[in-house]
Amino acid sequence: MAQRRKNVLPGFSLTLGYTLLYLSLIVLIPLTAIFVKSAELSPAEFWRIVSAPRVVASYKVSFGLSLAAAGINSVFGLMLAWSLARYSFPGKKLVDALVDLPFALPTAVAGIALTALYAGNGWLGKFLETPGHSIGFVLAALWRHLGGTEETAAYLSDSCAEALAGFGVKVAYTPLGILVALIFIGLPFVVRTVQPILEDLDMELEEAAASLGARRWQTFRHVLLPILLPALLTGFALAFARAVGEYGSVIFIAGNIPLVSEITPLMIITKLEQYDYAGATAVAAVMLLLSFVLLLLVNILQTWSSRRMRRGY
Amino acid sequence: MRALSFSVSLSLLVFLALPVRAELSLLNVSYDVSRELYKDINPAFAAEWQARKQERIEINQSHGGSSKQALSVAAGLEADVVTMNQSPDIDVLVERGALVAADWKRRFPHESAPYTTVSVFLVRKGNPKGIKDWVDLAQPGVSVIVPNPKTSGNGRYTYLAAWGQALQKNGGNAAEAQKFVAALFKNVPVLDGGGRGATTTFTQRDIGDVLVTFENEAALIADELGDERFEVVYPALTIEAAAPVAVVDKVVDKHGTREAATAYLDFLFSPAGQRIIAQHHFRPRDPAAQKQYAARFPAVRTFTVENTLGGWAAVQKTHFADGGIYDQIVEHR
Repeated sequence: MAQRRKNVLPGFSLTLGYTLLYLSLIVLIPLTAIFVKSAELSPAEFWRIVSAPRVVASYKVSFGLSLAAAGINSVFGLMLAWSLARYSFPGKKLVDALVDLPFALPTAVAGIALTALYAGNGWLGKFLETPGHSIGFVLAALWRHLGGTEETAAYLSDSCAEALAGFGVKVAYTPLGILVALIFIGLPFVVRTVQPILEDLDMELEEAAASLGARRWQTFRHVLLPILLPALLTGFALAFARAVGEYGSVIFIAGNIPLVSEITPLMIITKLEQYDYAGATAVAAVMLLLSFVLLLLVNILQTWSSRRMRRGY
Repeated sequence: MRALSFSVSLSLLVFLALPVRAELSLLNVSYDVSRELYKDINPAFAAEWQARKQERIEINQSHGGSSKQALSVAAGLEADVVTMNQSPDIDVLVERGALVAADWKRRFPHESAPYTTVSVFLVRKGNPKGIKDWVDLAQPGVSVIVPNPKTSGNGRYTYLAAWGQALQKNGGNAAEAQKFVAALFKNVPVLDGGGRGATTTFTQRDIGDVLVTFENEAALIADELGDERFEVVYPALTIEAAAPVAVVDKVVDKHGTREAATAYLDFLFSPAGQRIIAQHHFRPRDPAAQKQYAARFPAVRTFTVENTLGGWAAVQKTHFADGGIYDQIVEHR
């Protein structure tokens, strides 16, 4: 009994017991199964599967685009969190609720909606793939509205289409489309991790910095950012982890062209479709390892940054 | 003590949440686009069973990608019957856990396949690119929509149709056939995960000049979207896909549902079942149903994986396994 008293908080053994049991059942055992299954392969076979050109190309697509999406979300998510925490404006509650929507939406729905929007015949895709036509169309309509002649209107629309012919951007069915989907699903993570910190942050801190002569950028760089960095990194890591594992929304917009826009989860699914469990788990194991290393790096960075902050920067 | 009772009640809660089995029910695990068909088959069979046996029967459905569904059954989903769109998805149940007897193809007529369908082309109204046969799909400037052969049975059949007809045209020259199929897949801008996805890409996103898909899917598109936007083109020679069915022996013995499961599959081969099948644009086996719905099914020259390409096991190994011919083709596009 004497030993148990050491913990001031009650329920230590119960909660720790459940923590371990829960983590083992939900996380560790399934993950171990992946490594056990992939151990059926000889090292040479394992290496041949995980280093096949198509699989390697898919790592680049999955990890590269997930990092990019998490990075973009960190910048714009911070801005969103900032405006939600610092200002009050009409419809703020609505915007606040909108941020969580990508969480709630089934990923397949998100994928189909984004594809419909960005495909060559979609609202946005039409403009992005042929900006000249769209601008020309608007200009010609304006000209007609102002009472201009039909010939000039036609000339306007044609010359616009011609001048901007090379500037079209294809989003759906390209890696760019994958990036759009990953940004969509990762947005809430950064906002929701940074927002509470910003709300707790006293504005006096910024005012003090300003009164001591700091410029706006200096206040942000030396006062706000160090405090926000740990939360921002957590948001980045969560958004990244979610993006790497994402299948449902990406698969509709990717086009799935070998060596160009195949994501690693698709490579795993294709192996499962051929009843190649061992091959699928081999790729999954590599994916897990890569993700783990990257997340570990982010965590180390985070510890380092919060220690730096505590030292008084 | 309180911790213990808490744990016990928590685990009890979990077990109570498990479903209870109904009196007489069958689970039919099937592939993706058979959903509409079995919606009509099931009540018809239940009515027949009721009349014959004075007993209520309930049939539950599970649909999904064919191979994914087979994997679920192999992993323990307790299907009484499986109705798939390619025989490897039933063979896998023989290999894994011997769930299905090895002679499943001899249990029912027509190698246990109550219906077939063929791969056809769907083109935009007026056929602006003048697509008439396979050779037109490999022309530069033609965009072809095909589901991913790695993830979709429909896509595998399309690939094999292109391969098989090229083989026949070239007198069995595999190198020429590979050249042709490679040229065709160079024209594919999007590889959707499944047949329905490819349909959406072609009809809703307006991508591609031609969609290669099953006859029943093409007919469904025409039904749903009206005939004004698309037309069906039958190539000179195409592949015939048989949809195999089987009783899952291990499961029906456990459930005691062998009689009902067998009767259910027999119903698919009965005149009534065959008529429903034909109404859903699948090619029936029964000559009477064939005659009644002849207008829906234009005569077309076909070959099968078994009679021309050496069977599924061989095809799987040479074409679709990692590093197989399909991989070589798409990696050097």
